[in-house]
Amino acid sequence: MNKVGLLISFGLIGAGLLWFLIRAIRGQEVERRIIFVFIGLAVAVPILFNITFSEKASPIVEAVYDKIENLSSGSKILISYDYGPSMAPEVEPMSNAFLRHSLAKGHKVYIMGLWATGQSLAGAAIENIVKKEFPEKVNGVDYVNLGYKAGNQGVLNVIITDIRKMYLTDVAGVNLDSMPIMKNVKSLRDMDLLISVGGGLPGVKEWVQFAGDPGHIPMAGGSAAVSAPLLYPYWPTQLVGLLGGIKGAAEYESELVRNYPRFAKMPQPGVKMMGPQTLAHLVIMAFIVIGNISYFIIRRRQG
Amino acid sequence: MSGSRPWGKIILFSSIALFVISWLIKAGVLSSTGGVTDISVRDAFFVTLAAFLTLAILSFLYKDNPYYKFAEHLFVGVSAAYWMCVGFWSTFVGNFIPRVSSTLSGFFGVPFKEFNVFYLIPLILGVMLLMRLSSKTGWIARWPLAFIVGTTAGLNLIRYLRSDFVNQVSNTFVPLLVEWKGIGPFFSGFSLSASGQFTLSLTNWVIFVGTFCGLVYFFFSKEHKGFYGGASRLGIWVLMVTFGASFGYTVMGRVSLLVGRLTFLFQDWLGLIS
Repeated sequence: MNKVGLLISFGLIGAGLLWFLIRAIRGQEVERRIIFVFIGLAVAVPILFNITFSEKASPIVEAVYDKIENLSSGSKILISYDYGPSMAPEVEPMSNAFLRHSLAKGHKVYIMGLWATGQSLAGAAIENIVKKEFPEKVNGVDYVNLGYKAGNQGVLNVIITDIRKMYLTDVAGVNLDSMPIMKNVKSLRDMDLLISVGGGLPGVKEWVQFAGDPGHIPMAGGSAAVSAPLLYPYWPTQLVGLLGGIKGAAEYESELVRNYPRFAKMPQPGVKMMGPQTLAHLVIMAFIVIGNISYFIIRRRQG
Repeated sequence: MSGSRPWGKIILFSSIALFVISWLIKAGVLSSTGGVTDISVRDAFFVTLAAFLTLAILSFLYKDNPYYKFAEHLFVGVSAAYWMCVGFWSTFVGNFIPRVSSTLSGFFGVPFKEFNVFYLIPLILGVMLLMRLSSKTGWIARWPLAFIVGTTAGLNLIRYLRSDFVNQVSNTFVPLLVEWKGIGPFFSGFSLSASGQFTLSLTNWVIFVGTFCGLVYFFFSKEHKGFYGGASRLGIWVLMVTFGASFGYTVMGRVSLLVGRLTFLFQDWLGLIS
């Protein structure tokens, strides 16, 4: 960890918070734009100094990791890219970690998306991760990108009985029947694990409702933080495990690096983002305390 | 208003000048190496454009302005067009054409499956939806819309009933004393670890009491007094904790997006971090 950077960050944040506290005690208001700038600094400084903290996988994250790890090599894992660029900073580290882990374990990876934007993001992941880090893996043999189909949960309702009713070709127009990876794969029920990465609609919830539960197929999820609290009740019976927000991604990345040292040099955006994330949370917690102090002081003066 | 116009023009021309300078620096045109860089002129343009659009969106934090409006409208337009194009190629060409015409399948380069008359139904419904564009025949669009609403409601009703009601009720039936073998073994093997007997039992108690009290709070047929009132108050606490967790997660999500954008500006655009 960059100690100088951490010291500068804490110094800057501490001085700023002291200024806010003094104004609060005096009963003076703070212009909202100053608060925006302060939050921006609290996030920017840790990024510039590359401040990171160590992460340890929580049971709900570890459960997903163990599931992929304990499946026998050659198992079929479907990863659905159900997100767009606006959500990517938060959930892309998850899908990248799932992809790396699955391929490193020798599983067959089926990629698809219920979001149109997911198709191109999956394509980018194949270009940047699969082709660069796993050059020995062959398209159509070890992995396939099925692409996007319109219809939201309706798509799941169809492919749970027959994938080829929706997908005749992969995203590049290659006939699925000509691919070795698609042999003995008729429907989602032939998959050993389904993973949905997203945070909107359709997303993990729809996958649980329309695929995991009715098909009795093991299901894991990676969700944007906003929708994660709604998905926790599905764990552990309806979801094998869940990665909630960037914290979940960071925990998964650290678990992956701990067990696969070859990934230590790979980008770990989840772990990197947790530094600024932690300091920003400290600032917001301090704001809540200062806001309450200000509230009680003003009430006492008025009363 | 007339006084602000010159400033508006100055800011506009300054922005354009900054954009061009940034693009040229990014592309390496202005560097001493004479344009030798690891990024092409085209990529440099797109990185610079993305950076300026990010700054345009962030400028809304100061106040609403034309740059923000431009970036917002561009985003909406590009998103709509992108979804339509991908939808056309993946669904119309990928699913519909192979089931209705071998000639068109050959034209688009997709494998012809077999002619299926049922695939003409969504085509007809789709055309009926487009009737909405006309004021005279707009009423026809109500029929396919009714079909969509009815089908979605029917599908969701069954799935929600199963996953979010029956299975959720079932998930609440948890053992309150996990792997209970008596008080002696409980204390002899006492552990505070996440997988320990005490922690698992405590977790199940929280689920049981939390669900029960949460439901009591929403039961209004009996006055909330005595034991019932206590359970109801605990139910409110459970709800407050839930809202707090949701707020915390929302903050985490928004900060993550800000970190993502700032990392892009510092790394891809300015090259300040590796």
